[in-house]
Amino acid sequence: MSVRFEVNGKQVEVDVEPRMTLADCLRHELRLTGTHVGCEHGVCGTCTVIADGAAVRSCLMLAVQAEGSRIVTVEGLSDGEELSPLQKSFRRHHALQCGFCTPGMLTTAHVLLSEEPDCDATRVREVLSGNLCRCTGYISIVEAVLDARADYRPKDRATGVADKP
Amino acid sequence: MRTVNSLIGSAIERREDLRFLRGRGEYVDDLLRHDLLHAAILRSSVAHGRIRAIDVSAARALAGVHAVITAKEVRAGQPDNGIPRVPMRLQPLPEFEPVGQPVIAESKVRYVGEALAVVLAVSAAVAEDALGLIEVDIEPLPAVADRHMSAKGSALLFEERGSNLAIKFHALRGDAATTFKNAPYVRRESFRTQRHMALPMEPRGLLAQWDAARGKLTLYGAAKVLFFNRRTLARQMGLPESAIELIENDVGGGFGARGEFYPEDFLIPFAARHTGRPVKWTEDRREHLMTVNHAREAECDVEIACMRDGTILGLRGHAYVDVGAYMRTNGAVGARNIAQFMSGPYRIENIDIDVSLMLTNKTPVGTYRGPGRFETDFFRERLLDIVAGDLGIDRVELRRRNLVPHRAMPYPIATITPFESKDELDSGDYQTTLDLCLREIGWQEKSKLAGKPIDGRYHGLAVGCFIEGGAAGPKETARITLEPDGCFCVYVGSSAIGQGLETAFAQIAADALEVPIARIRGVFHGSTSYVSDGYGAYHSRSVVMGGSAILAAADNLRAEIRAGAAKRLGCAVAEVEIVEGDKAVGPGGKSVALHAICDGEVSAEGAFLNKKHTYTYGTHAAHVAVDPKLGHVELIDYVVVEDCGRIINPRTVHGQAIGSVVQGLGGAVMEHLQYDAEGQLLTGSLADYLIPTASDFPNIRALVLEEHPSPINPLGAKGAGEGGIIAAGGIMANAIADALSEFDVEPRELPLTPSRIWELVQAGKESKKPA
Repeated sequence: MSVRFEVNGKQVEVDVEPRMTLADCLRHELRLTGTHVGCEHGVCGTCTVIADGAAVRSCLMLAVQAEGSRIVTVEGLSDGEELSPLQKSFRRHHALQCGFCTPGMLTTAHVLLSEEPDCDATRVREVLSGNLCRCTGYISIVEAVLDARADYRPKDRATGVADKP
Repeated sequence: MRTVNSLIGSAIERREDLRFLRGRGEYVDDLLRHDLLHAAILRSSVAHGRIRAIDVSAARALAGVHAVITAKEVRAGQPDNGIPRVPMRLQPLPEFEPVGQPVIAESKVRYVGEALAVVLAVSAAVAEDALGLIEVDIEPLPAVADRHMSAKGSALLFEERGSNLAIKFHALRGDAATTFKNAPYVRRESFRTQRHMALPMEPRGLLAQWDAARGKLTLYGAAKVLFFNRRTLARQMGLPESAIELIENDVGGGFGARGEFYPEDFLIPFAARHTGRPVKWTEDRREHLMTVNHAREAECDVEIACMRDGTILGLRGHAYVDVGAYMRTNGAVGARNIAQFMSGPYRIENIDIDVSLMLTNKTPVGTYRGPGRFETDFFRERLLDIVAGDLGIDRVELRRRNLVPHRAMPYPIATITPFESKDELDSGDYQTTLDLCLREIGWQEKSKLAGKPIDGRYHGLAVGCFIEGGAAGPKETARITLEPDGCFCVYVGSSAIGQGLETAFAQIAADALEVPIARIRGVFHGSTSYVSDGYGAYHSRSVVMGGSAILAAADNLRAEIRAGAAKRLGCAVAEVEIVEGDKAVGPGGKSVALHAICDGEVSAEGAFLNKKHTYTYGTHAAHVAVDPKLGHVELIDYVVVEDCGRIINPRTVHGQAIGSVVQGLGGAVMEHLQYDAEGQLLTGSLADYLIPTASDFPNIRALVLEEHPSPINPLGAKGAGEGGIIAAGGIMANAIADALSEFDVEPRELPLTPSRIWELVQAGKESKKPA
């Protein structure tokens, strides 16, 4: 069946089987392979995308459920070649090694910081505890997210990445 | 090594990050090909049984299914009508041949998850639908679910062998028998570590393309040991090595498990040749948990002999490693290391340790970061704290007294039979990391808290030392080319598995060529076509071996450049000097720009050969608070201090140290692959198999030193990345024992989950009740 939604600011229409997950649709139909699939049962958080402003697991959502939604994937977090402030912070803090969980970490953290730019370390850890990383031990990821908070605070919000689709 | 640049040792940001952060990495499942078929694999749900029949007719008839492969089709498609086996990559002893894993089960299944059939269909979903249509008739046999049943031998995995013992290793040094007879103090204990696994976040995947016209096979999704896997595949498929190319894409974590030759590494290329179409396979997480190498399941009955002042005289015992159903590529390494590294960083002159490798009806084992070392560090460090208590010696003092002293380097360790000769610890001052670690955690101040309850939680401390082997030989190869624009490309036989190799290697190459890092256009790894031979990424060898090979290649390239320049300048090669990687200068100051020498390509290969090992060393310390009512452990502070020899990039080494500790903490207090008595895996999802999350261990610190470079390679580097995991089990167990000393808690088994801690507290309370 046909489903229409917006991905990273572009309208798309895809013909999918009703049973196809949003993750598979993004990866294999739309070729947005930045979204990774780590467990297909909603535990690892690797496939997290932003659907209408909320962090969702695209392996637990069917593509057809995305009808009319605004989806943002990791590819949509930055413009062109420039890294977003959050991505830069990840690089500066060495918050990634193999890079596989990174898209889910970024999307989850982006939603958190957009909603709670003053969150503390405990809150960051609580929210990120739904995203598994096997390389970093998380410490650098938490530091990277905390360090990016300033870029999400109101003075930046009007022009910052938080308002982009 | 020239030091015009000083990129080696600087914490530059990683090159890899730019693509990973924007979702532009390319992992194997991201690949797509025209006419692609998707594979799904039917796996045994029975741990031990005889295959009576497999009926694939309904699956074959399903719309969209292109082919179904069982053992029958494999035989028919093989030149020798045989079913290939997974070969041993390390320690290829003849004893292992009969217990090697066939790539597909034919007459018998020996673990839950063993491959029975491969379906090839137009989509992964249709292929999975078809799996449900295959009818399998298996006559169940009694499952050998643990090492005790394995030893009993009433049920045999390989009847013709008459025993479930795969092999026995023996570690020997000095004269343990006499030592123990005359020792003033002897203590014997039994310990156990649990089955757990590497669990990289990216599931395995492969994409095979068969070019029938040219007789060429290309396999994407390879990792870690491409050249060995190509040799294996060439033999198994009856092709010359030159007809096969293995390609490594971005790899989502390795930790020892990913990239070894698994049955699928034959089945997917075979399927591509069988169907004449590209075939892709990506495992799901359940498959990963039941098919990728497991690790760490070991029991040990160990005895230590000491002087009354705590000087260790000898160590002896017998360990039993549950190796699962077959011996795979590196399945003997963990057991071998348990034998050789039981003594760790301590001076122990008399050693006699047997290790039995026991076959069971469980997933075969392989290496997982710090193989054998995590296990023995738990056994040994636990034993040392028990000894300190018995002898009334401070546990720090006990360790200090027995560490191998700096003046004793290089220090020989136990010799292993039947296959490997001698080894020695290469360099270091083990006391330094102990002192620094104690200072860093504030041992003196904190030890006042030991065993004390504060707000209902008991505080405990632990400290322990470790060694980490690295730099496995025999060889690594690199090639550097000078491009027409004056940039350099570096090609290596090493493999990237997420550890930041492209950055570290660019740093080494830029320093060796005396150019800014921007002139290193790329570090290319992960293809069997880049260099003549390669060994890959295991045993913490990439920087030591691959990095040293880059130095050799740079030297050879500079010689080529000087030869080319000499021709242009009309002088002798010896008269040419390369200045700052920019120009070649001859007599009288006549010079030629490097890029001008380059008609076509200037290229040189270099190799580094090495038979010795590097030994990184260090100390861990922990401070915990334990709730005896809930069994919950809070990690208040954890410090690792390690000396890795010369550090290429402090940022990535530090990141590896922290990540490694957290994996080790998972093994210490949560991770457990549990089986029932029928050999069924009970932990087949990430909701059952728990690994650390962001909220579990917020307080970990790592200090990485480079005070004692390795004498055995030109970089002075040692292995890095495994040191954090090795000591974690022993440290956590000792810290918990320290905290709960009021309840006489002496952990002898991992993982120390809340329920196990609660049981230990209850048992302690029971034993204290008056009879």
